[in-house]
Amino acid sequence: MRQLIEKKAQMLHDIRAFFYERGVLEVETPALSQAGNTDPSIESFQVDALGKQRYLHTSPEYPMKRMLVAGSGDIYQICKVWRAGELGYRHNPEFTMLEWYRLGFTYHQLMQEVETLLLSVLPLIQSTSRFVSYQQLFLEVLGIDPHIASYSELQLCMDSAQIDVVGELDSDAILDLLMTHCIEPSFAENSLTFVYDYPATQKALAELSDDELPVAQRFEVYLGTKEGAVELGNGYQELTDAQENVEVLHSDLEKRKARGMADIPVDNHFLSAMQQGLPKCAGVAIGLDRLLMCQLNKKNLQEIISFAWTVA
Amino acid sequence: MATYNTNEFKSGLKIILNGDPCNIVDNEFVKPGKGQAFNRVRIKNLKSGKVIDKTFKSGESVEAADVVEKDLQYLYNDGEFWHFMDAESYEQVGADAAAVGDNKYWLKDGDTCMVTLWNEAPIMVTPANFVELTIAQTDPGLKGDTAQGGTKPATTETGAVIKVPLFIEEGEVLKIDTRTGEYVSRAKS
Repeated sequence: MRQLIEKKAQMLHDIRAFFYERGVLEVETPALSQAGNTDPSIESFQVDALGKQRYLHTSPEYPMKRMLVAGSGDIYQICKVWRAGELGYRHNPEFTMLEWYRLGFTYHQLMQEVETLLLSVLPLIQSTSRFVSYQQLFLEVLGIDPHIASYSELQLCMDSAQIDVVGELDSDAILDLLMTHCIEPSFAENSLTFVYDYPATQKALAELSDDELPVAQRFEVYLGTKEGAVELGNGYQELTDAQENVEVLHSDLEKRKARGMADIPVDNHFLSAMQQGLPKCAGVAIGLDRLLMCQLNKKNLQEIISFAWTVA
Repeated sequence: MATYNTNEFKSGLKIILNGDPCNIVDNEFVKPGKGQAFNRVRIKNLKSGKVIDKTFKSGESVEAADVVEKDLQYLYNDGEFWHFMDAESYEQVGADAAAVGDNKYWLKDGDTCMVTLWNEAPIMVTPANFVELTIAQTDPGLKGDTAQGGTKPATTETGAVIKVPLFIEEGEVLKIDTRTGEYVSRAKS
């Protein structure tokens, strides 16, 4: 227990020192908000607060962007976030997130900074990270172009990879499974893999490129381990257009409705801030519990959380 | 019909898949990128013993299997069924050849086995890891070969043919590992 606390404390110290050196300010934002995350694949916990529903944040994204609009400059936050229904070897419904935003950065510049930070926290891994596009990976490993493959081609690819699934899948879900079952296992062990330029349908709040076939300017970073690739973080060229932000959140709500999920109040404070103009920036979120799990070579998140979900 | 949602999945849960009772051996929750969640599950078919990997979209439901495991005492074989008894309730059940399989070679009257019951009917019989059986037939070992560590075939009272050291003689009681079908030692008398 003592060793675990020391390692976690050291990691938090190192991260804070990293941002202090770079002039990125630590901030705090509310964990309990009137609005929830509209993302249809993320479920917020609801809390009865003074007779009204509030939502525990699933990431500090909306209020941190409000700060950026208000002129905060570069900021980072280390906070607990909550996601209902996510429990497993690499998931805990309550976990610690590091999220930061860099003004004027492109997402490629941010990937470099993420690499520098991760290599300093994980000193034992190879320093030869791989940076590869989502499309390149699919072409290499599966011989298909994820941006133009038809639904039946994707299905065929899944069948030949002998992925046996229960439940209806759309194209994005099949792409996700090809990623977890076929592509992630190909990542080099003991080093970082940065995957960038995702299908436009998986853009969330990322900018689309202005290519003929636009891609979502976001990235994910993985560490290859003996137990398979561990996803450590998710970064974005942040979507600045106010109207497009509105459209993303409202199309999320429609997807939630179509899936029979609960309605979530949209964060109008966030959307009105976007109208004042989010400066061009890149942002990223990293799961610190997973990072510690990787640093200590553990397989199960529950082993490195001071109080596992079952005893919390 | 009882069902389980994927969020109830855990090792040891018994479900029906393609009409067969199955046991969840391992369950991993995965949530790729910004997408939907899945459960990657390793499943053992309790009838065939076959283990497969399956991925469930989170939120899917599957039928629960009414499967229980009981320690029952083996009584006798009537040519078609192997009969077992619950030592407390004295209730008896008959397991067919499909349920007993090759484990029939390790069943000795009076021994306790784990019997897997699906809707109260036996589907699998698992003997203890080690059983003690008498050798019914084996050729005499050659003198002087004892140090060589050679083996010869021997037939147990239950009809199993196993490899035994050359010094083993007919009528001896041996300890056998039922998982591998291998000789372990002479039984301690």
